[in-house]
Amino acid sequence: MTNQLRLALFGVGALCVGALLVWGVLDLPAFGHYAGPYGEIIARVVEPQRHMANAVTAVVFDYRGFDTMGEELILFSAASAVALLLREIKEEDTISVVDAVRSDALNGVGVLASVTTFVLALYVVAHGFISPGGGFQGGVVLATAFLIVFLTVEYHAYERLATTRFAEPLESFGAGAYVAIGLVGLGLGFSFLENFLPLGVTGRLRSGGSAAIVNWASALAVAGAFVLIFSEYLEGNMAARYGRGRRL
Amino acid sequence: MVPLQSVALLFVALGALLVVLARDVVRQALLFSLYGFALVVLFLVFQAPDVALSALVVSAVAYPIVLVGALARVAAHRKRRG
Amino acid sequence: MLPYLLAVWIFLAGLYGIVTSRDLIHTTVCVSVCQSSTYILLLAIGYRKHATAPVYGDIPSSRRVVDPIVQALTLTDIVVAVAVSSLLIALALRVYDSSNSLDPSQIVGQRG
Repeated sequence: MTNQLRLALFGVGALCVGALLVWGVLDLPAFGHYAGPYGEIIARVVEPQRHMANAVTAVVFDYRGFDTMGEELILFSAASAVALLLREIKEEDTISVVDAVRSDALNGVGVLASVTTFVLALYVVAHGFISPGGGFQGGVVLATAFLIVFLTVEYHAYERLATTRFAEPLESFGAGAYVAIGLVGLGLGFSFLENFLPLGVTGRLRSGGSAAIVNWASALAVAGAFVLIFSEYLEGNMAARYGRGRRL
Repeated sequence: MVPLQSVALLFVALGALLVVLARDVVRQALLFSLYGFALVVLFLVFQAPDVALSALVVSAVAYPIVLVGALARVAAHRKRRG
Repeated sequence: MLPYLLAVWIFLAGLYGIVTSRDLIHTTVCVSVCQSSTYILLLAIGYRKHATAPVYGDIPSSRRVVDPIVQALTLTDIVVAVAVSSLLIALALRVYDSSNSLDPSQIVGQRG
């Protein structure tokens, strides 16, 4: 197919799809005049009912916890598939990598920044029900803490800290714990992923009940998944750059 | 609509166009990160701080590592083959 | 109305990028652009005039807030989107391994 033909076909298709989409959005309530009852109800009941200050995390980990479990498992399978597709590199391919940053100042600042980022990640996760944040965002920040070691110290130091041997169990444990909490609730006579622990005081660190554990489980799963994805990409890169490289 | 929202909308619309029109993949990866930050600003002015935080960590860390990782891998391989 | 049209615009722009793409990694980024139109559509539907974010830290509980449900959906959407993109790019790298090219027009018809 020639490029002109392809573009002409796309033009016709895009016109039709665009017209359909515009037709669709024309009947939506006007911007700024949200009409649906659900968000309004959640916003009113979240504080008295669940003792959580952040309505968004309350929806993610409590009201729609089952939905989030699905998302968690998508993340889990995507990360596993990346590992499966990219893991062709043997350990001896990356053993000859010389990648150390030769600056004491940079190393020192890097370690400091990594530790600070780690603490920041724990803060973001822990305050998920109080201020914007939570398991998803905190999990990615947690993975970033490891990446800073790669950027400022050395590839092998990163590898030792965040080996796939460490990331994979972490990811599996997080995803497993998420499901397990739902099953524990089920065993105690509640519905699946229903909040069954004391709810605590709104705005305090110890609030959220069993949804707080779900929050931490998803933080571990997200952090593990992203460390795994990053490790696979970095490993392939290092092998292609420095190793003998059978294929890539 | 608040003026700030209009400006953010404009930046996002332009950003998306620039990202898809970029032919060079490295330039596109850079533009995609900028587009990500335009989205972060849009989410902020739409009163969605949780979403903004999520988009921020993703466009600042996750996408660049994956994209640059893949591009560098392909580039190293092409260089090796000459 | 404008934010909804922006979502349509971004979706079509992403489609254009996918159709004209000459590089599988480029295609993946265009898919991500397409996906970002859903974030804008969702958030635009839940937005309310003169409302604040649904976080009751320092605001009275009687305050008008935007819809938290669509925000929760968008939040998980974004994190899952990047994981799926990295999976697509990993697939593209595998294709490059077997056919030494990322250009779809050169890959078609080749036997790995």
